Amino acid sequence: MLRLASLAVFFGAWFLGAQLAGEQYLPGPYAVLTAVATEARTGTLFVQVGITLFRVLLAFLLAMTLGIAAGLLMGRVRLADQLGDPWLIVILNLPALVIIVLAYIWAGLTETAAIAAVAVNKLPNAIVTVREGARALDPTLEEMAQVFAMPRRTVLRHVVLPQLAPYIAAAARSGLALVWKIVLVVELLGRPNGVGYEIGIAFQLFDVTRVLAYSVVFVAAILLIETLVVQPLERRASRWRIRPA
Amino acid sequence: MNDARPAGEYALLEVHIARKVYQVASGKRLEVLRDIRFCLRRGEVAALVGPSGTGKTTMLRIIAGLEPDYQGTIGRPAHSVMGMVFQEPRLLPWRTVEENVRLAASEASDAQLAELFDLLELTAHRSHYPGELSLGLARRVALARALAVEPDLLILDEPFVSLDDALARRLRDELASLIDKRPVTTLLVTHDLDEAVSLADRVFFLSGHPAGIVRECTIDKPRRARGPADLAALRVSLEQAEVPAGRQPTVNPGKQPSGPS
Repeated sequence: MLRLASLAVFFGAWFLGAQLAGEQYLPGPYAVLTAVATEARTGTLFVQVGITLFRVLLAFLLAMTLGIAAGLLMGRVRLADQLGDPWLIVILNLPALVIIVLAYIWAGLTETAAIAAVAVNKLPNAIVTVREGARALDPTLEEMAQVFAMPRRTVLRHVVLPQLAPYIAAAARSGLALVWKIVLVVELLGRPNGVGYEIGIAFQLFDVTRVLAYSVVFVAAILLIETLVVQPLERRASRWRIRPA
Repeated sequence: MNDARPAGEYALLEVHIARKVYQVASGKRLEVLRDIRFCLRRGEVAALVGPSGTGKTTMLRIIAGLEPDYQGTIGRPAHSVMGMVFQEPRLLPWRTVEENVRLAASEASDAQLAELFDLLELTAHRSHYPGELSLGLARRVALARALAVEPDLLILDEPFVSLDDALARRLRDELASLIDKRPVTTLLVTHDLDEAVSLADRVFFLSGHPAGIVRECTIDKPRRARGPADLAALRVSLEQAEVPAGRQPTVNPGKQPSGPS
């Protein structure tokens, strides 16, 4: 309820802002929603948003899988941490734009380059978060697993990953937001389709309404994913915690 | 040979810890265990008794294979199965009681588990998470887990500490009847003589710095036959025999000295 009220305030402020700034600089909610409807009718909206979502998903999964594996390794093996840490700091501080441009130069204006560039941008963040989790793993539970000679897979699935779950969830949360922002830049710079490409065209035409139309739809899509996928997963992972009755 | 009994093929556990040294934070080396030797025969229940801080838990950890850095040898038959109850229950908080037991004992059948849960009065708690259990219940789950693997060697590190007396006694009796039902070589660490005399066939006293076994007693009367009077008498005889920490053993001159303190 409170969330809805907060959202209503946001739309109210948007409406007022549009009145003050003029339709050309900040189109009001109605104009933007009309633009959304127009784009939806021709079908381009769904195609472009679908393509971008696909890239987001692929880059996100790639970054998270590699990030969890590398973070776990660096959190548990001192040598891996010592070897990997300088690299991590380099990638962490490399501007997203540099990574994207380099990827396009080295691998061409390809889908692979685009997705890899996005994944590399997200990767260090995932590694750092999961590494913190791996450092905080409870050694007493691992001893228990060792005494009972649990197979490695069982240990990973039932002892290690549940302890990492909050860290993975945190990385996923910030990751989803980061990845979709970078995917748009990648699309703007070197892809012939997707929301980023559309926004690039709109920018050249100074079509603020279209920029906002695509943004709104995309934010809505990400919110939906967050509510329908991320949050239920998180609830499931923390169902063992005692909640105040 | 420290142990009077022949090791032979019936020995399930042969322990020889020549030295165990810890490096403390200041860089100093602290010797905690020296010259510990004993053998347990199959089905024998031994209790390790001694004041806290003598390295009893360290010794169990060495025997359980959790402390690879020591001098000596631990002999166990190949493929022997170990079950352990730690001082804390060490349950996986994100798995239910039943899952906790099943994950350790993947080969236990439904019927076996049902019987075990029934015996330890855990049936009603099978689908609870450890966070929803009292400490007493959690300890019972830990015990169920250790027994569910049908261990050849059962290691118990003060399994009933910090429980109230009545509950501790009840769990102790449950454990005794379980061990009698299916004999299992058991090594129990405790600082409670009552616990030692009601469960063990043999009692080892650990003392000194570095600690060694300063005395060993055998209780010949079977567990089931020990009445309250027997327990009290045993306790008194053990108390009289107990060697104050840090002294050279005087009761059993034939035993390995615990080393100067």
